Amino acid sequence: MFGLNKKDTSLFFLVLLLVVFAPFLLNPFPEGSELAQFNAGYPDLMQRFLIFGIFAIGFNILFGLTGYLSFGHAAFLGVGSYAGVWMMKLLTMNVIPAIFMSVVFAGLFSLLVGYISLRRSGIYFSILTLAFAQMSFSLAYSVLTPITNGETGLQLALDDPRILGVSSENGAIPPANFFGIPMRESFEMSAGGWLFTFNAGYYLCAVFMMIAFYIAVRIFRSPFGMMLRAVKSNQQRMNFTGLNSRPYTLAAFVISGMYAGLAGGLMVAMDPLAGAERMQWTASGEVVLMTILGGAGTLIGPVLGAGFIKYCENIFSKINDNILYGWFSGLPEGVADFLVFVIHPFIGKGWHLTLGIMFMLIVIFLPGGIMEGVERIGRLFKRKSSSDKNSSARASAAPAE
Amino acid sequence: MEILRVEGVNKSFGGLRALNNVNFSVEEGTVHAIIGPNGAGKSTFLNCLIGRLIPDTGSVMFGDISLTGMKPYEINQIGVSRVFQTPEIFGDLTLLENIMIPAIAKRDGEFKLHAFKDVSKDAEIRDKALHMLEDVGLAEKKDSVAGSLSRGDKRRLELAMCLSQDPKLLLLDEPTAGMSRADTNNTIDLLKRIGDRGITKVVIEHDMHVVFSLADKVTVLAQGAIIAEGKPEDIKGDPRVQEAYLGGAHL
Repeated sequence: MFGLNKKDTSLFFLVLLLVVFAPFLLNPFPEGSELAQFNAGYPDLMQRFLIFGIFAIGFNILFGLTGYLSFGHAAFLGVGSYAGVWMMKLLTMNVIPAIFMSVVFAGLFSLLVGYISLRRSGIYFSILTLAFAQMSFSLAYSVLTPITNGETGLQLALDDPRILGVSSENGAIPPANFFGIPMRESFEMSAGGWLFTFNAGYYLCAVFMMIAFYIAVRIFRSPFGMMLRAVKSNQQRMNFTGLNSRPYTLAAFVISGMYAGLAGGLMVAMDPLAGAERMQWTASGEVVLMTILGGAGTLIGPVLGAGFIKYCENIFSKINDNILYGWFSGLPEGVADFLVFVIHPFIGKGWHLTLGIMFMLIVIFLPGGIMEGVERIGRLFKRKSSSDKNSSARASAAPAE
Repeated sequence: MEILRVEGVNKSFGGLRALNNVNFSVEEGTVHAIIGPNGAGKSTFLNCLIGRLIPDTGSVMFGDISLTGMKPYEINQIGVSRVFQTPEIFGDLTLLENIMIPAIAKRDGEFKLHAFKDVSKDAEIRDKALHMLEDVGLAEKKDSVAGSLSRGDKRRLELAMCLSQDPKLLLLDEPTAGMSRADTNNTIDLLKRIGDRGITKVVIEHDMHVVFSLADKVTVLAQGAIIAEGKPEDIKGDPRVQEAYLGGAHL
């Protein structure tokens, strides 16, 4: 369907179902219960899942397929964000021009960075992209202040022209909207003890994420995708086979840059501001972690990785000592104190430690990321049901690394 | 008719003169072997032909196109394919994909952004690749990962990759190095069979058995210079060749 093979079609619909019903799936615990803090079904976090999912899908087209490890992709996300905010300042609060121009500007900037960085490969390529991103970050902080508004970050103002829209509405900045539907508009549904939130912005992100995912699947299965995997496998052979690897890698770089721009544009659509810290190297590193954690070179691995990291960031970081004492209230005081003392470094501000340990465990025991774990479990079941379908299973698993 | 003509090629690495005024030509449709002791400059010579190295002086003409200074992929696109001494294949990809890539390169050129076509539905390329795998006897392994093949199979795969492009000139760098006698004979048979397609071949080889069963003409390279050239039978008895190989020691 839609030019996808059977397996990819079912994967596509699985992702679609998960995304559409995420407000239910991510809110498994009733409101007010002890476990409600593990609920992730609130708009802000769900939007993040999708936006960083798009970012990681795009990064995976470059890193997963060609093996070129870029350490500067946050720069494209940042450029996309600035372009998006400027569109909202100059044109209209409708998010579509903002998102469109985010993609365009990120694409142009990645063309420049890619053209220069792709003259080298391996570690030198990574360092070049890192240098570009840090340069962009520093420029955004200092010299480019007229465009980026420096440390404060670029924000909307009441006196912005917005030539296609209105500068202000009832003395306030009009909300970001999609042809009149405000992005922050939500519909709440309570059923029993549960409260589910359906947010307009989230579903806009969902549409873009599904389009982005669909394009990625098509690229993976295309001759172009095969050439990108050839780059990763043996670039020398590729050149002696009559293929010029440079335009292939550059195209992959620009496509992934545009995905980053789309993510940046969506961030702006959800929350109309942009700051230089979005371009910092830690932000670039984060998308690398997401991709590796989920499974580089797989179709949905990066999305899972993005979700995993954003979940840890938002949920583990909210747990504090008081909550822990709440959990251990049944235990003798000394024991509770001790447990809280042990767990304390891993929660709250220490969530990075938890993430780091998980990352190490996954990379050591599941080098293919979360997707390898899923595959192993799948194989375990398959072995039980039938023993001789192995060869075909391996063949279909091979393209996904 | 001459398909390849090399004139006055010199190549030095620092103080070492790897190629010394080499003049060489290959007739279309023949198998031309280059032999010589270790360090004679055989691989350097081949690298000068495919654009991996640029000769210091001299010209390399393929038909009426000068290969000097051309990029490796451009040289391949005009019909020169090469099998390497250590098999260069796409180790992470399946055998079928390994052959489809060169076949697509041949059809679509050095770069085409076909990001929305489904490669598995490209019947023309797929059939060609399958056919080629059958030719070299690897069809039943078409979905295995190429990196898992034995060395002999990797060689055959690489040969199939080159053949899928229907090259005008095929360069083979020691196609049987490190192979068992049985594998060597299989490879000779395979090379003889593909000889029927009329592909011109330049073979670098150590193994005299291979050279004498394949070659129409033999060129002997020693210390970067051509010391003898002729039919295999003539070369066999040439005292200069024996001296070059045995270092002048008379047994």
